[in-house]
This record gives sequence, C-alpha cells and structure tokens, in this order.
Amino acid sequence: MAEVNYVQATRVYAKGTPPAVDALDLDIKDGEFMVLVGPSGSGKTTALRMLAGLEPLDGGRVEIGEKDVTWVHPKDRDIAMVFQNYALYPSKTVAENMGFALKMQHVPKDERDRRVREAAKLLDLDDKLLDRKPKALSGGQRQRVAMGRAIVREPRVFLMDEPLSNLDAKLRVQTRSQIAELQRRLGITTVYVTHDQVEAMTMGHRVAVLAGGKLQQCDTPRQLYDNPVNQFVAGFIGSPSMNLQTVPLAEGGVRLAGTVLPLPTAVRTAASQAGLSELVLGIRPEHLHLADGTGELTGEVMLVEELGADALLHVRLAESGNQVVARAEGRKPPSPGQQVTFHVQPDDVFAFHPVTGARLAG
Amino acid sequence: MSAVSASSARPAGQRFREISGQIGWGIVAWVAGIAFFLPVLWMVLTAFKPESAAETWPPKFTFSPTLSQFRLVFSGWGPYVTHSLIATTVSTLLVLLLGVPAAYALSVHPVKHWRDGLFFFISTKMLPIVAAIGPLYVIALKTHLLDSIWLLIILYTAMNLPLAIWLIRSFMLEVPGEMLEAAELDGAGRVRQMGEVIMPVISPGLVSTALICVIFAWNELFLALNLTTTNAATLPMFLISSVPQEGLYIAHLSAAATLASVPVIIVGWIAQRSLVRGLSMGAIK
Repeated sequence: MAEVNYVQATRVYAKGTPPAVDALDLDIKDGEFMVLVGPSGSGKTTALRMLAGLEPLDGGRVEIGEKDVTWVHPKDRDIAMVFQNYALYPSKTVAENMGFALKMQHVPKDERDRRVREAAKLLDLDDKLLDRKPKALSGGQRQRVAMGRAIVREPRVFLMDEPLSNLDAKLRVQTRSQIAELQRRLGITTVYVTHDQVEAMTMGHRVAVLAGGKLQQCDTPRQLYDNPVNQFVAGFIGSPSMNLQTVPLAEGGVRLAGTVLPLPTAVRTAASQAGLSELVLGIRPEHLHLADGTGELTGEVMLVEELGADALLHVRLAESGNQVVARAEGRKPPSPGQQVTFHVQPDDVFAFHPVTGARLAG
Repeated sequence: MSAVSASSARPAGQRFREISGQIGWGIVAWVAGIAFFLPVLWMVLTAFKPESAAETWPPKFTFSPTLSQFRLVFSGWGPYVTHSLIATTVSTLLVLLLGVPAAYALSVHPVKHWRDGLFFFISTKMLPIVAAIGPLYVIALKTHLLDSIWLLIILYTAMNLPLAIWLIRSFMLEVPGEMLEAAELDGAGRVRQMGEVIMPVISPGLVSTALICVIFAWNELFLALNLTTTNAATLPMFLISSVPQEGLYIAHLSAAATLASVPVIIVGWIAQRSLVRGLSMGAIK
C-alpha cells in the first residue's frame, strides 16, 4: 500500500503534436480509490500506463510510495493491472493465469496455490473453474479472473483500465459495487480509468477529470457535482448533463427566455471585471422546477422521455429558442406541444467565462 | 426447419429459382471437384496396372490390378527416400528455429528498418531459381558441398525461410499487445514472453507453416537435380528416372508418384485441425 504522485508528468507522442498528457500533477493518498475520468483522447489511459511503466515519460516524474519510479521496470514497481480486454493467457488454465506472476517471482508451488485459491474465493470464483481455460468462461468470469490475477500479487497499487466496459449493462452495475467493496476490504491504493461518469461518481473516493491531456479538477464526487471549477467539468459530470447556454448579460442578471434571470452579486462583479457582455449559463435539469404558470422561464415542450420515476422534458425556451432539458415528476408529465414555465433558484445557477470556460465567482 | 417454414411463405416461382440455383451451384462444385481429382485418380489407378495396360488412350478403368510396379518402386527408392526425409525434416526444423526469432524481430519488437529487412527477405524469392543455379553450382563446387545432403539442407532452409518469416510474422501480429504487456507486468522477460505467451498462441500457425515448408522441400526438384547425383539424390529425382530416353514408364511413374505423395498426405491429415486454424487465424477477430 502506498501513495502515488504524478509530478508534472508529460507524454508527447510525436514531436509537434499536442501532449497526450500535459504536465499532470496528481496526488493519490494511500488506500484511496482514485478514478481518472474523461472523454476519449483525454489522456487518462496514457496516464495510467505511465504509472504502470508501459508508457515512457517525456517530462516530469511518477512516484510510488514517495520513490521516483519513472525509470523503474514495470515488474519492479510492485503494481498489478487489470486490462480492458482482460489479456488472459489463452493456453493456460485459470489457476495458471492467476499464478503466473507468482511463478515469475519463484514463489513455491504450495504458497502459489494457496494464494490463488484465496483470491478465487474472494472473487466468488468456483473451485472447478480453476482448471478451465479462459475460452470456456463467460465474460463476467473472465473479468473476475483478470482481477484475481491482480489481487494474487498483493501489490502496492492496483491499476484498472476500463475493466467494466466489456460487460453488459446489468453485470456492469453488479460488478461495480463488488469492485468498490473489494477495494474497501483490501485497502489497496487503486487508480481506475473509465469514460463512464456514473462509474466515476459511484466508485471513487476522489475523481480526477481529464480533458485534452490536462487535469480539469480533482475532487470528491459531491464537490465535482456541486462545485465544478469549469464548464467542461460541469457539463461532463451529471446525467443528463447540465444545460449550458450562452446568454447575454442584462441589468441584474442575464437575459434568458425573454426574461432577466437574476445572478448573485459576486458573479455579476466577476463578469463585469472580466469585461464580458455575455457568459455561459449552467443549470442542472433538476434545478429547473416545473411551475404551474408562475415560473419566470417559459417554453414549449418538444419531447418527453419517460423514465418511470422521472421524466425528462426537452423544452424550447421562449424568445431565445434555446433547448434545455428539465427533470420532472414521472407521474403526470406535460405532453409535447404544451407551454410550460420553470422556476430557478439564483443559487442553483452556474456561470462560466464564454472563452476560457472558467467558473465565474466559484 | 426455418427453411421449410420460410419457403412455404414465399411464392412458388421464387422458391423454384432458389432451389434450382442451389442445385446448379452444387453441380458446378461437384464437376470442379471431380475435374481436379480425376487426374489423381487416374494416377493411382495406373499405379496398379502393368506397363502394357498403362499406355492406352482412352484410359482403361477396368483391368486386373497388380502390385508389380509397387514392388519395383520399393526395390529402387530406398536411398532416395532417406535423403528426402533428412533434407526435408532438418531444413524445416532449421526454418522454424531461425524463422521464429526473425519474425519476432519484425513484428512484436520491431528492429529499426524492419520494413527494409522484410522486403529484403521477400526479394530473395523474386529471383527465378534458374538464374541462380550457375553461381550456386560454382559455390557448391568450391566448398566441396556438391552432391551432399547438407547442401540441400542449407538451400531448402534458405528457400523456405522468407515465406516462413512472413507467415510466422503475420501470426505473431495476431497476439494482442495487451497480453504481452500483462506478461511483462507479471515479470516475464522477453524470452519467457516468447515461450509462455507467444508460442502457445501461434502454435497452430507454426504447424501450418511447417507443413507448407515440408511440402515445398519434399517436392523440390530443380536444385536437387542440378546439384546432386547419387549421394544426396532425393525422391523427385527418383520419379523422373522413370522418364528415361527410351520412353515413358508410366505405370512405374504412377506408382512412384503415388507413394511419394503418401508421407505428405499423412502429415497433412494429422495436422489438419491445426492447419485450418492456422490458415484462418486472424480471419475472424
């Protein structure tokens, strides 16, 4: 168990192209479950592979347990990795797959078998599966063998590269909680890469949001949701995503849907200090409260997505014609074509710089 | 099942067209298969005929079979078979021994200028062997390797190596990179990665490569004919000895050819499962 530090870690694939990972500074505490999340090409997998030693660094360093491991061979870093496609050895049995690393370390056979059996029990892998080859297993079982292969090594850090992406939706939800529970039990520092923000929010102690190779924000899921530091994080975290509209500034607030939406003084001051005439307004779908004709924002319902417990309303706002998504009660949602009004609390509104995306008066 | 239920729903005209189409293609397939097999069948039948009955046209399919041709072949072919066996097996082993590391250096862990290396290998096959026979003869003469089994082994190895490298390389490219990374993380060095991960995965491909090398070496005539006389004469040379100046001993030739094909067919039969897997590797991801 150890802490992990990325210090200005950089990776450039080809000279002249923008870095895949750009001066990443990230501190992961001992025993923490850190999720690296971001869209494709954000550099999260590259950052993970840099930690594993499968990708060289072009700048900065990586530390495990306060020791610089930038030039240490992967097998000497005392880490274990679960790959996206599991990467099981097809010609070996499950037991041999899980014990391979120990065999390389010259661990005696009895000790090896004991540890493999323990890991199999931890992962609910039946004993009779131990003698089968990977091709005779289901996807979920293979995934567990891949995890078992990592657990058996009792490493200081677990690395996981989108281990759930090849599972069907139901199995994914089930395995998600099992992994989180397992990590809690074992207490091993874990770095987990995913593009799925739901996985990130539910599994991580802290989540690091990456985009374009740069770290956007690293915080607890709650903080990321309530206090996004820029427009990207605000739009990425939360499903359905936050409504983001570019709106012109007006006296006391911003102009939206034919009315002036009030903004807190701090935000208005920040906007005028930056010399802005417009800004990007962010409102989460659940903060657009359906009001029976008394709300300040009016619009026409274009589409209703009924989810059972809730309904998602796709509304075209009056005057500006902006499309927003609002969350409403699932019981009796408005129908398409209906005119509706919404009420918004000024404190629930986010404002971002239209050019830099930074949060105004965060 | 589904065909029956589906066909009952479609109009009769379309059904007729479909069935006649299937029958038509079936006939074409049979005709083509028989056309390819007929000469082989004729050769095997002729092997059982006495020489007088063999040289008839149209070929006789009814005759009284005799084993006299086979007896003749068995009495004559001993040393030829031995030489063929030695040359083929040793050269194929050498090809695998040299080809696997070469393919590794051109695929999994490419060396600098690997493209040039690969092209160089394949370019050696672009030269017609006839053009090279002069220099080869002189080299063999100077190194005292003329009419030596080692000369054939060296030449057959060189002949099959480029093809083997290309084939083995394509199989190695099929090994997922993640698997090798997992092995590296598990502490396996390059040699262990090769032995524990790569070789088991590509073993069907190696079998099919070996089989192809065996076929080419076993049937090779030109080099053997020009560079050997008695001490290293191979089976193909025995076959053409049935075609002397005075005439064609066609029954003897058929018997010899039939027997000469048997070892390769046996090896192919044994390896057929691996062969199919090896040749179709990578076709379905």
